[in-house]
Amino acid sequence: MKYEIPIGPIHPALKEPILLQLTVEGEEIKDVDVIASQNHRGIEWIGMNRNNPVQSIYIAERICGICNISHPAAVILAVEEAMNMDVPDRAQYIRVIQCELERIHSHLLWAGVAAHEIGFDSLLHYTWKVREKVMDILELVNGNRVTKAIMMYGGVRRDIKKEHIPKIKKMLEYYKEGFDKLAKFFLEDKTIEMRTRNVGILTKEDALKLGAIGPTARASGVKKDVRQDQPYFAYPDFDVKAITPDMFTGEVVGDTYDRIVVRLLEVKQSVEIIERALDEMPSGDILAEPKLVKLLMDLKKAEGEGVGRHEAPRGEVIHYVKLKKDFEPFFSWKVRAPTYSNIMSWIPMLKGCQIADVPIVAASIDPCISCTNRVIRINNDGKREIIGGDELHRLSVKKTKRLLEGGS
Amino acid sequence: MIEVVDQIFKAVFGAIVIGVFAIIIALFYKGIDRKIAARMQSRVGPPVRQPFRDIIKLFLKENIVPKHATEWLFNLSPVIALASSITILLYLPMGSFGPILSTEGDLILILYLLIIPSLAMILGGFASGSPYATIGAQREMVLMMSLEFPLAVVIVSLAWRLKEAAVSNPFSLVSISSNPIWNNVGVVGIVGCLILLLVLLLITPGELSKIPFDVPEAETEIAEGLLAEYSGRNLAMFYLADAVKTIVVASLVVALFFPYNLSPLFSLSGIGAYIVDFLFYLFKLFLVILFAVTMVRVGVARLKIDQVTSVYWINLTLLALIGLVLLMFDKILIVKGISIL
Repeated sequence: MKYEIPIGPIHPALKEPILLQLTVEGEEIKDVDVIASQNHRGIEWIGMNRNNPVQSIYIAERICGICNISHPAAVILAVEEAMNMDVPDRAQYIRVIQCELERIHSHLLWAGVAAHEIGFDSLLHYTWKVREKVMDILELVNGNRVTKAIMMYGGVRRDIKKEHIPKIKKMLEYYKEGFDKLAKFFLEDKTIEMRTRNVGILTKEDALKLGAIGPTARASGVKKDVRQDQPYFAYPDFDVKAITPDMFTGEVVGDTYDRIVVRLLEVKQSVEIIERALDEMPSGDILAEPKLVKLLMDLKKAEGEGVGRHEAPRGEVIHYVKLKKDFEPFFSWKVRAPTYSNIMSWIPMLKGCQIADVPIVAASIDPCISCTNRVIRINNDGKREIIGGDELHRLSVKKTKRLLEGGS
Repeated sequence: MIEVVDQIFKAVFGAIVIGVFAIIIALFYKGIDRKIAARMQSRVGPPVRQPFRDIIKLFLKENIVPKHATEWLFNLSPVIALASSITILLYLPMGSFGPILSTEGDLILILYLLIIPSLAMILGGFASGSPYATIGAQREMVLMMSLEFPLAVVIVSLAWRLKEAAVSNPFSLVSISSNPIWNNVGVVGIVGCLILLLVLLLITPGELSKIPFDVPEAETEIAEGLLAEYSGRNLAMFYLADAVKTIVVASLVVALFFPYNLSPLFSLSGIGAYIVDFLFYLFKLFLVILFAVTMVRVGVARLKIDQVTSVYWINLTLLALIGLVLLMFDKILIVKGISIL
């Protein structure tokens, strides 16, 4: 007997609202339908109508609470491309350090959530206790644990001071020593293996076909990483290599276990990058244009468009920005959060799994659901509408025609 | 006639006293369990009196019956669960207090009574009319069927061995506690009993739906499953039933395997002996809960229902059968007068 179970929009397995409509037979999942867009916040609208570009960094930081470096990073990359702005070397290094600190804290946070999803709360508390070390450093360097307000067009807003460096190094030592213990807890525990091995498999073909990105794609054996493929900031100096699970286990299965492996190895990679960055960091300015008023004037005068691509902890985040002369806010701003590309991989992962696997499989792509939510369509009666592929295609043809005719 | 009235009075009065005491002790132990688990997870944890506060809060809250629920069944099942949990306690000895009720087949009766709280939860789950509760109820049924088999093997093995050791009424808890199994077997038998004890300790978290066997209530999967629709007074009663059942299962382990008392050691008698034995009984309960519930639930992840079934039916049943074979072997050795030491 088949019946339908809704997981969401509000459900303990999901930290944010999204709806997974499952068709199950007994415990086995036969079919999955993902109904996204449950939490629209109109962030792009604010950036295009209300804020000046500097204020938009602030709003970009609030797209996602966890990727609060990644979204500003993508915005400034886009705007710097649009304005052809040069950034001092030291600032690029500080940006790399900040991004990698974020990756460490985000992956550890995820690991804790994953442990909680399979009912292993002790591991959740342990992992989050370990995570506190990097949070302390974030607070020390930025003055804030969560939203750090560090990114700025043409540089960063705060320097990493000399007295911070020994403390950061101490933290790196802590993670180097603690890594083996953490890896042992996550990768050698029998019950975790029972719950994650061969669960939620995403094959390499499916990963490529669905355009999965970030750790989700890498765990399926796709060697894809913006830091490796199109390095930005100071990443070209570090020669980052995409991490795949076969580096640790010797094979690629593409299951939830592999996604744990990839994320843990990335924590180690980030520690190594920060260590090198601290040693090799050049001295100099941290801002190309320290005068804020002048920067705003420049931004107002600028004309052009740019795309910012950044490897966030969850995968590649893309921001598109168009600036128009004498128009203060962004003329156009498009945000594509990493989860947008990963969310469809839930369907091949979940088919054939059990209901019990839903939380851990859903969590395994590290979804950031409200960050993904860019549009909601409401018809004249105030009801929500779903646009199909044909309708989208028609709208797109219509817009292309309009653009060709010289409209906007 | 007066004797009968006296007996009835004793049973009713005893039942009330035990009911009240059981609830207080059960909530107290729940508090300790939560505190210890929190310390193991390097958290501060709630104060030990937190379960009492929870219960008071729940009783003060609104009791919501969902629109699709079968109302009378939905409201009845928490009462059944709590009442049956307390009833089992009347058959269990506590320290040197004998059980209030007893028959020749206590153990068999307890085996059946232990099912009733689960059955009540299943009924309540199905009556809630929620898909999560329905899944929870199905899982609870599977869990119940899975753990019955090894549990029956353990209990029957013990009773059989006692019968072979010429203990009268081997299924009665009174005779089991006055003839501890360890005193009636040889070395091989002790090994067999240790295996059976291990099996029983591993059945305990399943019987109580605790991690790793908490599939019917899996919070992150099916939003507390069976209890998804319960609130207020009904939820409080299920909470109490769960707490009391913890005491019941732990008491069963104590009664079967550790029926020893402290008072003979210090040659105490009278009221002092009762107090010392009761405190010692509480301590034994604490140890059983600590090892079988608290430490297990902080140490592992939740299993899936098919994994639970295979653990109980294959691994634990085999283990219990090995224990039984060892007990049989032990009996043969003793009858033939062979000592392996």
